[in-house]
Amino acid sequence: MKRIKRVEEKFYIGLSALMTYSLIAVLAFIILVIFVKGFGALSWDMVVKVPKGGYYYGGEGGVLNAIAGSLYIALGATLIAIVIGMPAALYLNVHLIRYRRTQNTIRYFLDALWGIPSIVYGAFGFTLMLFFGMNASLLAGIITVALLISPIMVRTFDEVLSTIPKGLHEASLALGSTRSETAFRIIFKQGFSGFITAILLSFGRGIGDAASVLFTAGYTDNIPVNLDEPAATLPLAIFFQLGSPIPEVRDRAYASAIILTVIILSISLGARFLSKRYSKTNLK
Amino acid sequence: MQFKRQIADRLYGSWMIVSLATILALPLVIGVGLYIKAAPMLENVSFFSLIFSSEWAPSAGNFGFRPFIAGSVHVTLLSFLFTAPVCLLAAIYLTQFSTRTLVKIMHPVIDVLAGLPSVIYGVWGILIIVPLVAGAAAFFGTASSGYSVLSGGIVLAVMCIPYTLNMLIEVFNTVPSGLKEASLSLGATRWEAVKHVVIRGNYPGIISAFGLGIAKAFGETIAVMMVVGNVVKVPGSPFDAAYPLPALIANNYGEMLSIPMYDSALMFAALLLLMIILFINLFFRYLIHKTKRQ
Repeated sequence: MKRIKRVEEKFYIGLSALMTYSLIAVLAFIILVIFVKGFGALSWDMVVKVPKGGYYYGGEGGVLNAIAGSLYIALGATLIAIVIGMPAALYLNVHLIRYRRTQNTIRYFLDALWGIPSIVYGAFGFTLMLFFGMNASLLAGIITVALLISPIMVRTFDEVLSTIPKGLHEASLALGSTRSETAFRIIFKQGFSGFITAILLSFGRGIGDAASVLFTAGYTDNIPVNLDEPAATLPLAIFFQLGSPIPEVRDRAYASAIILTVIILSISLGARFLSKRYSKTNLK
Repeated sequence: MQFKRQIADRLYGSWMIVSLATILALPLVIGVGLYIKAAPMLENVSFFSLIFSSEWAPSAGNFGFRPFIAGSVHVTLLSFLFTAPVCLLAAIYLTQFSTRTLVKIMHPVIDVLAGLPSVIYGVWGILIIVPLVAGAAAFFGTASSGYSVLSGGIVLAVMCIPYTLNMLIEVFNTVPSGLKEASLSLGATRWEAVKHVVIRGNYPGIISAFGLGIAKAFGETIAVMMVVGNVVKVPGSPFDAAYPLPALIANNYGEMLSIPMYDSALMFAALLLLMIILFINLFFRYLIHKTKRQ
């Protein structure tokens, strides 16, 4: 009896350890596959040139249009998300601090909102675009992605803000500051590391998301100059090039995938580094 | 001076509350917006005949969503079969048995897995999973291009693992260590303690994490669309191609304005997706929030 138990324990612990390590292996495998496949076609031209005529038949050029478009969209969307997400999170943690139930209900809805898939945001952005008589453009893409990442921004920032001790609020209020002063000068500073994480996380989502910009941002071979021009995005560039029957173009899709992966990895690592750095100066 | 500060407080306060209200109103606004677009469709055909009819011929005005719903359900359930055991075991290992160093390594690993864009998973799926599945199909004696429900399920599973795993870890971390220690002191092995205390005591949390993982898989678009084959048909086996709902929306946005009612049908699909996922999310999040409070 005892033996069976020991064997059972050994088996399950071994199996669960295997599952855990296999996750590391899967991640390494995915990144390795992308790098090995795309490395051959990766060149400096890919990063610094826009597609020339005949690019999609194997001609010269790069995907700078898509890199720039993605960065513009993610940047614009993150700015909008900051303008509505940051005060929303602060409100939740300063003005509502005495109303536990309301706080929890709001968090509950925000969590549910996080689950809405990006294709639904894309479809909604499209109807919004038609409603206002706009064409697929940089602006439409920015607005759609901003809607998508705002809940993420609020919830990530909120996660850090909610750990701030109540005493800090009370001290600030006791010294005579108004609630918004408490929010923006005290609580915001204390939760600054969370703010950085929230920004970078939203930015990463904005760059990587394809389904929401598929309808709204359009596609072009040029770098957009105005808000009403269409913009290419990196995920869509990968997607379209991959659909080509020409092997050279498909190889470039893999190379573009490397570029996207590197951008996402550096954002993710940057977020870790910066959030550690900025939480050092926090009051304990 | 005092007056100025009060005005500023009012202004900032209203900015804050308006932002929060805007974000919270988002699902409602999205729902209404999509409904207005989908309404012409619903006026002509009843909701149930839309969902259960399998005739899909947009140019003839026939919109039956059954193949797409079936495709989504098949792919999602298959991915769940892969995700569930891996996540459960890995979460147990990370919260109960693993060393601190491993936990420290796994945090960024899970983050990066969760942060990789879905198009990257799609590329990986096309390069590795699709040929593998085609090979497996040949081994089992059926012909398949590899672009199939099974490929979609595997790719989706990998994408959903970090999401479900994170939630499970959160659930398991709330288990009071006293309970586990009590069962250990009564002579249970470590695995028995896990089985009886950690798993059995957290049924609602585990089920919620799985449910939310399913909801996430149901709405995933680009990666699935790249490997699932996109054939309008109710799939009969895992090696058949399928056409999930999100892929339908994403693939046809270009032509939807040129065929009458097509845009309405696609917006109906988006509305359906929103409703299903929002419902699952609200239900399981409620379960989690309720158990957290206890």
